[in-house]
Amino acid sequence: MSSILEVRGLRAAYGATRVLQGIDLDIADGEIVALLGANGAGKTTTLRALCQAMVSTEGSITLVGQRIDGRSTEQIAKLGVGHVPDGRGTFLGLTAEENLRLGAYARPSRAGAEADMERIYGYFPRLKERRAQQAGTLSGGEQQMLAIGRALMGKPKLLLLDEPSFGLAPLIVKDIFAIMRRINQEERVSILLVEQNAKLALDLADRAYLLETGRIVLSGPSNDIRRDDAVRRAYLGE
Amino acid sequence: MNAFLHQLLAGLASGGIYASVALALVMIYQATHHINFAQGEMAMFSTFIAWMLIQAGLPYWLAFIATVVLSFVLAAVVEFTVIRPMHDKPALSVVVVFIGLLVIFHSLAGWLFGYTIKQFPSPFPSDAWYGSAMMSAHEVGAIVVTLVVVVALFSFFRFTPLGLAMRAAAQNAASSRLVGINVGRMLMLGWGLAGAIGAVAGMMVAPVVFLDPHMMTGVLLYAFAGALIGGIDSPIGAVLGGFLVGVLENLIGTYVVGTELKLSVALVLIVGVLIVRPAGLLGRTVVTRV
Amino acid sequence: MNSLDATSRAPIVAAAPSTPKPVRRGGFAPGWIGTLAVLALLAIGLAFVAKGFQLFQATMVLSYAIALLGLNILTGYNGQISLGHGAFYAIGAYTTAILMEHAGTPYWATVPAAAVVCLVVGYAFGRPALKLEGLYLALATFALGVAMPQLLKYKHLEAWTGGVQGIVLMKPDAPFGLPLTPDQWLYLFALFVTVVMFVIAHNLLQSGTGRAMRAIRDHAMAAEAMGVDNSHYKSMTFGVSAAYTGVGGALSAIAVQFVAPDSFTLFLSISLLVGIVIGGVGTLWGAIFGAIFIMFVPSLAEKVSKAAPWAIYGVVLIAIMFAMPGGVVGLLRKIQARFKAHG
Repeated sequence: MSSILEVRGLRAAYGATRVLQGIDLDIADGEIVALLGANGAGKTTTLRALCQAMVSTEGSITLVGQRIDGRSTEQIAKLGVGHVPDGRGTFLGLTAEENLRLGAYARPSRAGAEADMERIYGYFPRLKERRAQQAGTLSGGEQQMLAIGRALMGKPKLLLLDEPSFGLAPLIVKDIFAIMRRINQEERVSILLVEQNAKLALDLADRAYLLETGRIVLSGPSNDIRRDDAVRRAYLGE
Repeated sequence: MNAFLHQLLAGLASGGIYASVALALVMIYQATHHINFAQGEMAMFSTFIAWMLIQAGLPYWLAFIATVVLSFVLAAVVEFTVIRPMHDKPALSVVVVFIGLLVIFHSLAGWLFGYTIKQFPSPFPSDAWYGSAMMSAHEVGAIVVTLVVVVALFSFFRFTPLGLAMRAAAQNAASSRLVGINVGRMLMLGWGLAGAIGAVAGMMVAPVVFLDPHMMTGVLLYAFAGALIGGIDSPIGAVLGGFLVGVLENLIGTYVVGTELKLSVALVLIVGVLIVRPAGLLGRTVVTRV
Repeated sequence: MNSLDATSRAPIVAAAPSTPKPVRRGGFAPGWIGTLAVLALLAIGLAFVAKGFQLFQATMVLSYAIALLGLNILTGYNGQISLGHGAFYAIGAYTTAILMEHAGTPYWATVPAAAVVCLVVGYAFGRPALKLEGLYLALATFALGVAMPQLLKYKHLEAWTGGVQGIVLMKPDAPFGLPLTPDQWLYLFALFVTVVMFVIAHNLLQSGTGRAMRAIRDHAMAAEAMGVDNSHYKSMTFGVSAAYTGVGGALSAIAVQFVAPDSFTLFLSISLLVGIVIGGVGTLWGAIFGAIFIMFVPSLAEKVSKAAPWAIYGVVLIAIMFAMPGGVVGLLRKIQARFKAHG
């Protein structure tokens, strides 16, 4: 399996505040990888660092064999990284469909954009009903679906998801996670999933990393992580 | 009745001016979420450039196109050098920068071109078939030009990917980058377009009111009012608003209070409309979930 | 991005940092008193060192400072915007002029009168206008600023306002036969009024009312949810802000000895806005720096270039915004913080 993402010695800081102390990550083609950790561990910072947005970074980030550290956020998006940020990042003043169309900006070519949009409506029928509605009026769950759809429109090789379960009712979350598995399989998109809800993340992901105060302290297949005693106590409440 | 119609049409004619400047304001607002208080002065400056080209012997339409292009570039440069560095500064500080631009353009125009009033040619011949006693050929032509520009702009924003990208960049720069939009480029584009529109507005106004550095100073307030009353995020609204303000101003001035107070009364009415419909007549209130 | 966006909930001004020293209610921290005493002595001393015209200029600076304080209370502390505060400056000035001219009121009594009149007018304007936000409020106040000179010229009010010619006033003599020239006395009087206004503002902003105002600025919806009556506070803030600016106007009328409609155009409102930003929005001391700027820089610009003085002025404005977007006080605070960091 070829490597989609290879991160070595990634450090990240907001101004003078260093958050990531040098982490290594690997994601192979078609994998779903979870990044777990408590609040403030640096999970969101990691995703931002991968997109070179809002943080200053050191260390190497390689996407499908190409170095992307030092590039601009929009360039990285065009190279095939779809980032679903925490808080969804919805364009509130635009319609749901306009939000999706914007995702197409990152595509290597316009061809197939309409077909892709229909497929995304297939994953998220609720969005199709609300396509002409102002995005700010959509519910939290719908906005989350919209954000994922928008990222998918860019035909990404790697999808970055920041806390998709945040603030959503459990049933909706179940829905969304099931759809993400489908997307991973049908669209052949690798996924890096940041989640505080460790159980959900480990159920979906093939492998997981555990981040604590800016360092990776544990990594391995989900089953192994799930059985780890420290993880069970701290993150699974068992 | 005839007199009333005459005043109505005169109001539409001046409304056309306000409409086109309002359009430029909405343009920049859609692209950057800022009101360019220097819009009027930049439009006036562009008109002087056109005047200079015509004086140098260029035929009208060539000068027109050259001016539009130059104004596009000038506005884009202003965005990049003056406005962009202030993008993360408090809004009021940015307003002061706009005020600075306003006085600079105004003063430079006076210094370079002088304060004597100059004539500016109209591309619409005074004996054209569409002219009449009610409304001169130029006034008709100017309104048509304004309408053409607004339709073009509306279509651009609504139906083209670039227009959508520009709106997105103004609303949410961070998310825009995540979908691959070069936000800086969008800002420059927005300003450039506004500069071009302003130039067109100025060249339509100048034949009527004559060209001097004070040409646009009074227009900005009406254009601002027109843009808000129409809804600051709607190009069509801006144009409608501009026309409405022009007609209102003229009718109030003629029938209600005379020229002294017409400005005040017109503005009071406009503010009244806004209190009843805070997003303007055609604006969309953005609903935000708390 | 902060903006005048009516749809945005972000404050117009980046929330002013809380005062560095712990503040006791209604008082200044001990270290301040010494500095203030020195400043007070210097200010009073000016009366005996400066010449007549310079004292006039100093008095005008003080009147602008009070006016700017008013605008700061509105914009900085409450997050609302006004592009038309020149109108309240005018109302204050004309209140003074009309009372002195038509009712024979002594000059010193017209100052509180101007405050009350402006308070009422400001509150009355604020009540309906507060339905508007950001850009829309800017337009409404813009309209106010533009309308005022027209109103003052209105022929049906001429009997009171003196129409285009305005009203001429007499500069008062020093009371109790004190050995001071009228210029010196007026300067000291203005100084006294300025200090009083600053102290009131300081106490107001530290009090519960001030906290309510800041709460509204920072997050209007949350403030309302916590029981702050937004409508009342917003209108009251507008009223107080207008009252302050009116007091400034009143003083200027006495100093200039003349009021006329063309002294109070939109340009004045714009200058006031420029003044608070240059000085530092939402700061008390910024009012002084801003007042000095708007008093002296335009004529300095003319010395630099006779041909295009306003171009110079514009360049200065932009340059200052680049160098210190937080105004003079913002810059001083940054320097202070850097000193503390490096010990």
